[in-house]
Amino acid sequence: MKIHEYQAKEILARYEIPVTNEILCYTVGEVEAAAQKLGFPAVVKAQVLTGGRGKAGGVKLVRNAEEANVAAEKILGMDIKGFIVEKVLVAQGVSFVSEIYAGLTIDRNAKSVVLMASREGGVEIEEVAKDNPGAILKFAIDPDLGVAPFFARKIAFALFGNDMNLVRQATDLFQKLYKVFIDTDASLVEINPLVITSDGNLLALDGKMTFDDNALFRQPEILALNEPSEDEKKEILAKEKGLSYIRLDGSIGCMVNGAGLAMATMDMIKLYGGEPANFLDIGGSSNPQKVIDAMNLILSDKNVKVIMINIFGGITRCDDVAKGLIAALEQIKIQIPIVIRLSGTNSKEGLEILKSASLPTVETMSEAAQKAISLSVDFLR
Amino acid sequence: MSILVNKNTKLLVQGITGRDGSFHTKKMIEYGTNVVGGVSPGKSGQLVHGVPVFNTVADAIKSTGANTSVIFVPAPFAADAILEASEAGIELVIAISEGVPTLDMVRVTPYLKKRGTKLVGANCPGLISPDEAMVGILPGNIFLKGNIGLMSRSGTLTYEMVYQLTSNGLGQSTCVGIGGDPVAGLYYEELLQMFEEDPETEAIVLIGEIGGDAEERAAQYIKEHITKPVVGFIGGLTAPPGKRMGHAGAIISSGTGTGAEKIAAFEAVGVQVARQPSEIPELLKKLLKI
Repeated sequence: MKIHEYQAKEILARYEIPVTNEILCYTVGEVEAAAQKLGFPAVVKAQVLTGGRGKAGGVKLVRNAEEANVAAEKILGMDIKGFIVEKVLVAQGVSFVSEIYAGLTIDRNAKSVVLMASREGGVEIEEVAKDNPGAILKFAIDPDLGVAPFFARKIAFALFGNDMNLVRQATDLFQKLYKVFIDTDASLVEINPLVITSDGNLLALDGKMTFDDNALFRQPEILALNEPSEDEKKEILAKEKGLSYIRLDGSIGCMVNGAGLAMATMDMIKLYGGEPANFLDIGGSSNPQKVIDAMNLILSDKNVKVIMINIFGGITRCDDVAKGLIAALEQIKIQIPIVIRLSGTNSKEGLEILKSASLPTVETMSEAAQKAISLSVDFLR
Repeated sequence: MSILVNKNTKLLVQGITGRDGSFHTKKMIEYGTNVVGGVSPGKSGQLVHGVPVFNTVADAIKSTGANTSVIFVPAPFAADAILEASEAGIELVIAISEGVPTLDMVRVTPYLKKRGTKLVGANCPGLISPDEAMVGILPGNIFLKGNIGLMSRSGTLTYEMVYQLTSNGLGQSTCVGIGGDPVAGLYYEELLQMFEEDPETEAIVLIGEIGGDAEERAAQYIKEHITKPVVGFIGGLTAPPGKRMGHAGAIISSGTGTGAEKIAAFEAVGVQVARQPSEIPELLKKLLKI
């Protein structure tokens, strides 16, 4: 789960990490008033749940009330990668001498939290990783020790040499940053840039946090910050019904059990020249209601011309899938063709049930994909 | 021979009285797995499909001599169950539970290492050495005893692959579902090494997917340490960036973790990558000169 910059900085501030003075605004009038209050220069920043807002023109430095107005007019309502800007953050302009990167994330290979820091802040860390990997310091954190003072100091010295003023501040900041990460079940906490101000203080100019979806059950305060997009709302509704759904742009609706097989099914459709309309994993249960819900979900996408059902029975038994399919088809009037492929646990029983209901079945995944594609083409004619 | 589970496996089921735990206990017994006990706090003295239930893993080990444990408890309690098994002396823990918080896995990892406990999963379908033992939720009927070692981040995709192998007469030594989470137990490198050392395994199938760089690392490991033929498959080539494809770990973030990169990494070290599951048997037959 993602949150906005202003929300991330509110959390950082709660842990006494220094962040810029700033005010969240929803209207042009509010932006002007906020800028007046904070003083010029100020920065107006789009708050959207996607990256690349700077490149899209969603961040503007303003030197007076008129510029604040112009920037607010331009940024509010702007479309950044499909996200409409509904709020902006007005932050006090800061004069700084250097930009640092500081971040915590999960290292899959080390199976630990890692702290990353670099003197080359202010640009995307992935760019630094590509162009100058040596400029990024990386430290795996032992979960039993956490970021102990000595550990934070080690990183601070590596970053700032003998500048004791900065070393002291960074030592404190790294410990707090780790506490934020652990307390909130984050998957990423990033300050980029963390600037050294002209008067020698560390200050978070930006803040980014994402959270582990699997841990949201124990993070009600974080969950309350969630602002799902229209597509994500659909995904959340699906999840509540035990389905994992992601909408795509194609015409072949997919209903598959298991995430890996669902991905492979999409790939297979593409391999034979078709376009999948969605990723949909109906998960490890044999509840017929799930099939009905899944069918409704697929049919809510008007681009879908054919439904391809690919079930390999492990935990999900094929006879239950077949019964669910028949129940679903009795409940919903489906005007488009369906291709069904069933295999695995109780597949014999499942296929018999489908045959007795005169539903079309195919044997292999590639056959199913090819059939679905040809049916979608026929349908278009 | 085989790896990790075999005729000597004495299995405990943690969460045996739950719906899934009970259902799959029956399936495992039917397959021939030696299920010696179950654990469910407060349910000691009960029997589930004839299997005695204990309050704690320690009690269960004392009475049954169990050496392996499979975990079906709900995700919020899975890490605790893993630690309980490890502390009690279980050698191999298989965690089926889906949705375990990543930081829980980060916390258990050093303890398991200290205790020498091996973990498979979480969020995995388990593993099987055909005709010896099946641990987890795998449909036993599709497997065939043989010489192919298989490892996979996905459950149903594993079944798909195995189905292709079995229908082509290519049996399996052991098939391991390593799970779809970003931080998991045994992974490619450890399993590649186990298969390399297993005299029964003649070739290895590695089924990866988008997200992270474990496949790229595996490719490097194969180049440096593995002499047996390896065939790969990568799921999620058509996945859009920034979207989690069902599995918590299956996400392309900041342009890294794409399927194309993984295929390129394998092909760069001479590992052939099937473009669809049905190509795997042909690739294997060629490599094994069958």
